Amino acid sequence: MLKNFEPNKIFLITSKAPKYILTAFIIIISIGLIEALILSPEDYIQSHSVRIMYVHVPSAWISLGTFSVIATLSFFILIFKNKSFILITKSLAPSGLVFNIIALTTGSIWGKPTWGTWWAWDARITSMLILGLFYIIYILAWRIYDNGEKANRITSLIAIIGLINVPIIKYSVDWWSTLHQPASINIFSETSIHPSMIVPLALMTAAFALFSVLIFLMKYNTELIKIKNKGLDRL
Amino acid sequence: MINEIISMNGYGIYVWSAFAFTLISFSVLYAVIKVQLVKEKIKFDAKYSTLTSEKKKTIRTQEAYKGILASNSVSKI
Repeated sequence: MLKNFEPNKIFLITSKAPKYILTAFIIIISIGLIEALILSPEDYIQSHSVRIMYVHVPSAWISLGTFSVIATLSFFILIFKNKSFILITKSLAPSGLVFNIIALTTGSIWGKPTWGTWWAWDARITSMLILGLFYIIYILAWRIYDNGEKANRITSLIAIIGLINVPIIKYSVDWWSTLHQPASINIFSETSIHPSMIVPLALMTAAFALFSVLIFLMKYNTELIKIKNKGLDRL
Repeated sequence: MINEIISMNGYGIYVWSAFAFTLISFSVLYAVIKVQLVKEKIKFDAKYSTLTSEKKKTIRTQEAYKGILASNSVSKI
């Protein structure tokens, strides 16, 4: 099964898919923005500032999800020496970092009208900042060590260590008393937000996920062509 | 109506700046990755064009290069 993840086989898909994904992204984000900024209702406590949720929450979800995927694949790279996953993990990191920055910044902007402050060192916000630091260290490690066995080992270790932070982020609002509100959307229990707000949230999440895939595919192609360029040098 | 959408009961500055930051971040990330991709493709084209016809023939038969040659301009010439 792992043979399906061979870079050359993936390239056949990754070189053609971006234009379709970009089109789908533009359509969905256009509808999502109209829903989020105009059609969705204001909150009875937070008023219109609740609209920031439609960019803040999907960014945080994708940032967390991306890092979880990187860490899981890194486990396979480190333990089973699976080379096919190296390019995938390396290509996922840039979009993960940008979504983390968006989550932190929009959260900070949302915090000012809601809490009266741009920043608070509470458990959720601090653990998200730590996730951002892990992304930066991960990307820097690739730059410092370039490609090779050492780079694979170090970056995989960073991702696996960083995975410890993921459940801390998820459960920080339950484990500690935080300024940040608890989760409003639960897969296994009742969701506490109104359906009229779930539609724009779902649309924006889908759009952000598509953008994340688009950036991943473009970065993957770049990395693959870079390797082939080195191969041409050796000819 | 438009004034209401812009001001959002005084929250407009926060809402619009959060959305603007997100969309600007997307544009910058897309542009950076696109430039990197185009640069690598140009580099590949330049290197490929300097190869002897014998080496080009060898590369065309290699599975690893087939996809890239199909997506790059060199294959269209």
